[in-house]
Amino acid sequence: MSAIKNFLAFLYDFVVGDDWRMSLAVIVGLAFTAMAVRSGLNPWWLLPLFVVAGLGVSLRRVVRRNRES
Amino acid sequence: MNAGAWGLLLSSFLASAVETVEAFTIVLAAGITRGWKSTLLGVVAALGVLAVIVALLGPGLVAIPIDVLRLVVGALLLIFGLQWLRKAILRASGYKAMHDEVAIFAREAAEARENPPTDPSAFDQYAFSLSFKGVFLEGLEVVFIVLTFGAIHGNIPLAALGAAIAVVLVVIVGLVVRAPLSKVPENTLKFTVGIMLTSFGIFWGAEGAGIMWPGNDAALPVIVLVTAACALVAAGAMKRERENDVVATA
Repeated sequence: MSAIKNFLAFLYDFVVGDDWRMSLAVIVGLAFTAMAVRSGLNPWWLLPLFVVAGLGVSLRRVVRRNRES
Repeated sequence: MNAGAWGLLLSSFLASAVETVEAFTIVLAAGITRGWKSTLLGVVAALGVLAVIVALLGPGLVAIPIDVLRLVVGALLLIFGLQWLRKAILRASGYKAMHDEVAIFAREAAEARENPPTDPSAFDQYAFSLSFKGVFLEGLEVVFIVLTFGAIHGNIPLAALGAAIAVVLVVIVGLVVRAPLSKVPENTLKFTVGIMLTSFGIFWGAEGAGIMWPGNDAALPVIVLVTAACALVAAGAMKRERENDVVATA
């Protein structure tokens, strides 16, 4: 059981890494893009926007944490 | 070869070069301090496990329908690439220590010297584990990039070729130098790989979600340029902010 737990923890760390917020931004961005495409739109700019926002929020958190410490 | 194929070759080459330099440092530390026999056994065992992973996952990935593959692999590549890019921006702006192969070598060597093997001719579990873990963990990132890039491009052999050239080059240089390869501009390479992975992830992920990019494949170089510009602007702004904070607290 602990081997599976360790493997899942490793997998999480390997793929998601230090900040899950960026991964969430990617998944939500892709989901909204797919929904918009199904509605007949072609919002090619939507995913890049989510990516920039996700990365920006994550970096901003590091700056804030650094200031507080 | 078209631009996409060159991008595939270059990305797998750069990613593999960076990871091989890191693995080489660990293997060198284990070999010099604990002896080469068990260290090299660890390297061979790790390469064997990585080869099995490629053999098991490679054909399966190619069999997945291309739209599903683009969506899933694009998302994974994007998440993975953003990790690389985030770390690279943090290093470039001074929020995270630069990757220093000399320091890593010294640390690994000091730890390896703490409990020296009693019988130098016997199997050394520590040296084996150290080199196995180093090669396996760094190699797994290369395998991930080679398989995802290669599968989505329908050309795993080309991605594997880029990775293999990098491994051979780094090992040859390493054997000649016989020291940690600290002169390799690792942080710059990681920055570049982060930009490539993120850009390809955006391109393929959005295509997998059903998007038609303006200009089709011509959009990819534009995405790479915009991603690079955003990353450089972020690194520059954060560096200035950090310097201002240092001045304010002084």
